[in-house]
Amino acid sequence: MMQHWSLFPVLLPLFTGAILIFMARADLNAQRWVSVISAVLGVPVAIVLLMQAQSGAIMAYAMGNWPAPFGIVLVIDRLSALLVTMTALLGLIALLYGIRGDDRFGRNYHALFHFLLLGVQGAFMTGDLFNMFVFFEVLLIASYALLMHGAGPERTRASFHYVILNVAGSAIFLIGIGTLYGMLGTLNLADLALRIIEIDPADAPIVRTAGLIMLMAFGLKAAMLPMYFWLPAAYSAASPSVAALFAIMTKVGLYAILRVHGLLFGDHAGVLAGSMQIWLWILSIGTLALAIIGLVAARTLKRAVSYLVVISVGTVLTTLAINDPNVLSGALYYLIHSTFVVAGLYLLADLIGAQRGTTRDYLTQAQPLVQPNTLGVLYFIGATAIIGLPPLSGFLSKVLIFRGTVTHPLAPLLWTLLLLAGLIALIALVRAGSTLFWRTNRQPPGRRKADPIKLGVTAFTLLLSPALAIFAEPVILFTESVALQQNAPWLYIQAVLSSETTSLITTGGGL
Amino acid sequence: MELLFSVLIAILTGTGIYLLLRARTFPVVMGVALISYAVNLFLLAMGRLRTGQPAIIGTGESYTDPLPQALVLTAIVIGFAMTAFVTVLALRARGELGNDHVDGFEERGREQERQQSASEEKPAEPGDDTQEPRP
Repeated sequence: MMQHWSLFPVLLPLFTGAILIFMARADLNAQRWVSVISAVLGVPVAIVLLMQAQSGAIMAYAMGNWPAPFGIVLVIDRLSALLVTMTALLGLIALLYGIRGDDRFGRNYHALFHFLLLGVQGAFMTGDLFNMFVFFEVLLIASYALLMHGAGPERTRASFHYVILNVAGSAIFLIGIGTLYGMLGTLNLADLALRIIEIDPADAPIVRTAGLIMLMAFGLKAAMLPMYFWLPAAYSAASPSVAALFAIMTKVGLYAILRVHGLLFGDHAGVLAGSMQIWLWILSIGTLALAIIGLVAARTLKRAVSYLVVISVGTVLTTLAINDPNVLSGALYYLIHSTFVVAGLYLLADLIGAQRGTTRDYLTQAQPLVQPNTLGVLYFIGATAIIGLPPLSGFLSKVLIFRGTVTHPLAPLLWTLLLLAGLIALIALVRAGSTLFWRTNRQPPGRRKADPIKLGVTAFTLLLSPALAIFAEPVILFTESVALQQNAPWLYIQAVLSSETTSLITTGGGL
Repeated sequence: MELLFSVLIAILTGTGIYLLLRARTFPVVMGVALISYAVNLFLLAMGRLRTGQPAIIGTGESYTDPLPQALVLTAIVIGFAMTAFVTVLALRARGELGNDHVDGFEERGREQERQQSASEEKPAEPGDDTQEPRP
């Protein structure tokens, strides 16, 4: 039982999704029960994995018992376990919000929701590059359909761009995979990491090209500089529960960069060590700068939140470029914080929009809100957290990132941009908040109060930020241990390739 | 064979990218399809090109690498599903937005200009099909 536990985060949504497809014409309440029970079960399943991973053991589960470089492995280390847990929790949050209305517009909302969870959790756990591609496609096709969910011209328009870009991105990813396989003769990440060390210097440029091609593919998923333009349109057009769940999707791209490029092109990688760093620097700085401009120009609250997502992506990317365990620890804390706060803000933007009549979440004058105080307090918490003002988690994560980069030569540039991002976010969110809550016309407020469950879920999500600040010590201790493990890739390689297969490779297997 | 194969992939990719950059949804869908063909061929070539060899080790003197074939099969299935989805999406966009522009709306200024010039030119040169405005 316990030895097969690593498979559960994939199996659970897979079977739930399959059952829900057959229930597509059944009563909506029955679907909701199945869906919510599965999502609730997903959280303890992930937490058990997190507890196991916390001991420092890296679990490699060989699918079908095929030994590692030949079969597909699922690998749970601390980083994977952390992200799987985040996904399970965020999935539950989004689903609880979604069952209060979002799921009425189409039959397959619940099935698609679980297939999206399947893709995301699989991508976080797999130890095989091609398998990662397959999980990416699973999550993408589910996300296409979820984005379209509820229809409307705005969604159709945003989806078309999103779909075409991602189909092209998948093609690019496949080219990268193909090139790596052609040069190194394997697709297992640990095996790739071993072979790349011994690479012939004459082949190095091609492998570096493959690495950059894959950086492009992951960058598209993560919304990195030249390829983030789809994100604000797509995320702000999606229904609120879907947008909240999508908050984890950019993290899939970031995780892939951290995992693949960390393992393949990290400090230990011989000729190719650190060959991605300079690109990450340029792109992350550019992403930050353009996202700041976008944030100022945003005309709806959802679009502003979308640019906050891009800012968080840029921030994490800079820390990946620095490639230092201390900074990585802060970045992971920031990752947890930003995922949940942004998801909460998407939900809140929907609650606010629902009480402003036809003005929705446009940042213009409108009728007064029904519950200005409750929503205002939540907005205040969310904005304080995401801007990075004390005493909430955003401030703490920035302090951690700054502390880690004190000695870095490019620190002044990074600090300037991050502080500027904070300042601009402050101005933009204060302006948005004062418009939303205070610039009211003389019309009477509407009658419909926010749904209590929706409100409760939103409040819970946003209150995770103070919770992260209060329980900062255990969280930071954990992220530090994650960063240490990331900094020792040989542990991962050893865990995946058992000793006999390792000797097999060195005595000349492969092509 | 290598040269022929790489030229073929280059042509497919080039055509695909050109079509992908068009403003109408149908060429874009065709572009996506062509690029996925090119990628599938590329994956196959990454196992090295050999003719007449079994994909099983030990039955002959040499063998062809079976793994890229398995990868290509997976990629074909996924690519097919994606193309089908994009096609349906393009049809839906045409129905919902009332045009087949990838942005969902025409660039107003240019479109009106074109319509105007078309309506001005049409009666003057009724038999001239080189001047026909694009559908």
